[in-house]
Amino acid sequence: MTLSASARPRNAFSRAAARITARSPFFSLIVWAALWELVGQLGLIDLIPPLSAVLVAVGELFERGSFWEALALTAKTFGLGLLLAIVVGIPIGLLMGLRKRADQLLSMWVNLFLSAPLTAVVPALMPILGIGEATVVATVFLFAVWVVILDTQAGVLHVSRSLVEMGRVFGAPGPFILWTIVIPAAMPEIMTGIRLAVIRAIKGVIVGQIIIALIGFGGLFDTYLSMFLMERFWALIIVVFVLSFTLIGLVGALEKRIAFYAGTR
Amino acid sequence: MTLAREAPAAPPAPMPDEKPILVADEVGLVYGGNVTALAGVNLTVPQGRLTSLLGPSGCGKTTLLKIIAGLIEPTTGDVTVRGEPVRGPGPDRALVFQDFALLPWATVLDNVGYGLRVRGVPRQERDQVARHYIEEVGLAGFEARYPHELSGGMRQRAGLARALAVRSDILLMDEPFSAVDEQMRRKLQEDLLELLRVEQKTVIFVTHSIEEAVYLSDQVIILTQRPGRVSTIVRPDIDRSGNVDEIRRTPRYMELVDEIWAGLRQYVE
Ligand SMILES: Nc1ncnc2c1ncn2[C@@H]1O[C@H](COP(=O)(O)OP(=O)(O)OP(=O)(O)O)[C@@H](O)[C@H]1O
Ligand SMILES: [Mg+2]
Repeated sequence: MTLSASARPRNAFSRAAARITARSPFFSLIVWAALWELVGQLGLIDLIPPLSAVLVAVGELFERGSFWEALALTAKTFGLGLLLAIVVGIPIGLLMGLRKRADQLLSMWVNLFLSAPLTAVVPALMPILGIGEATVVATVFLFAVWVVILDTQAGVLHVSRSLVEMGRVFGAPGPFILWTIVIPAAMPEIMTGIRLAVIRAIKGVIVGQIIIALIGFGGLFDTYLSMFLMERFWALIIVVFVLSFTLIGLVGALEKRIAFYAGTR
Repeated sequence: MTLAREAPAAPPAPMPDEKPILVADEVGLVYGGNVTALAGVNLTVPQGRLTSLLGPSGCGKTTLLKIIAGLIEPTTGDVTVRGEPVRGPGPDRALVFQDFALLPWATVLDNVGYGLRVRGVPRQERDQVARHYIEEVGLAGFEARYPHELSGGMRQRAGLARALAVRSDILLMDEPFSAVDEQMRRKLQEDLLELLRVEQKTVIFVTHSIEEAVYLSDQVIILTQRPGRVSTIVRPDIDRSGNVDEIRRTPRYMELVDEIWAGLRQYVE
């Protein structure tokens, strides 16, 4: 009895805390938005215009041709680089999961590049690929490909042994087992790899454009900053953030659905 | 009832009334150069009968079954089916897995048809054959379900239907009922016997359970502790025409269980 009596207020407290936490994203957003507006209105920092002005700039951004051009170029280089990373990464990951030799040969490099500061590599790409779209595509690819490889390999290594034996017992040839058993069974991990690749590819496409500073959003950022158009600058940042989170959310939902179909293993 | 104790090296004589379909001759297997799982196994499996492999845990029953299935190549000796040496998996043998090995993303119908799909049987015919065996194992109505929607017993029925669908003469089963509860296990045993009356298969059945082996088998092969060899061969020869519970209470049944237990007991103590 004494135990439950002492436990009750704590429960009530934690329940209240949980309620606040559940609402906190909104609270937090409102508080910070208000703070931003205040700082902007008071003109405390030159770099920060009021939020309301930035939101107006967001609207204007959509009316500007240069924004849509930049968006199209970003989407194109992002899509191409990501596609390349998936198309190249999955077969390499499969190979590394299936053949020990391939794993021994490649795993050190894949892990190295996975954690390497790839931003430093972009300037080195420019003399080779030129100052343009190709360099951005290559940057996206380099940012994204390693997680795809590693997660595909992890997926292959987790495929149930008895499922593969089942295929063999029925006389299925290797490629048939790969296509009908190994790849579907590894699909949840492959999708995780793709989701993480999307996040990295977004970083890659922005980093690539900003370092080149001439094309796409990188070009716009550079122009707005050098001309001190801070409302537009922040508006663009907000738009890029919203686009990124929407994309990541969509891929996450797809990943969940595929994990469900691949079922319990 | 005959209880034949044979020297491990000599292949046991085939049953008088049946010709052997599968013979293991001096089959040995060493894993990774140091673990001897099997050391010279000799056995003869009569056609159209159910042979059980019984033995202490880790004695190499699964290993032996996989060698027979063609999944593992023996280090020494060989297995022959109708006089032909086994060189890998073949259409004359099908395996039922202890963990069911169903594709989680495929329906019961597609799982049961998998073996036929491997063989390039067109969809329509494949589905027709699969439906037939799904019904035969008592899963009619569950064709469109996914494995995670089925109970353990139903999953194993699907695994059994998949093995039956390829119409192999030899059915290999590795502790097929060990992952389900006792009531379901008994029901599955009865249904298996019922099914075998229709299907005329040669079955090699790995089990841990003496009762299961005696109840189901025409021949029980008892293996020694690792490295596995054939220790004893028992031919229960039980009259299974009556009621199941009566069979389990007959003196003959109980005597057999006791005898096998006496033989296996040394490995436990
Ligand atoms: N891939 C492997 N590599 C090395 N040793 C193995 C391998 N598979 C099995 N073994 C060993 O070989 C022996 C026989 O294994 P096996 O699985 O055939 O036994 P079992 O009779 O089926 O056992 P259980 O009754 O527990 O299923 C065991 O000691 C096991 O540890
Ligand atoms: Mg086993």
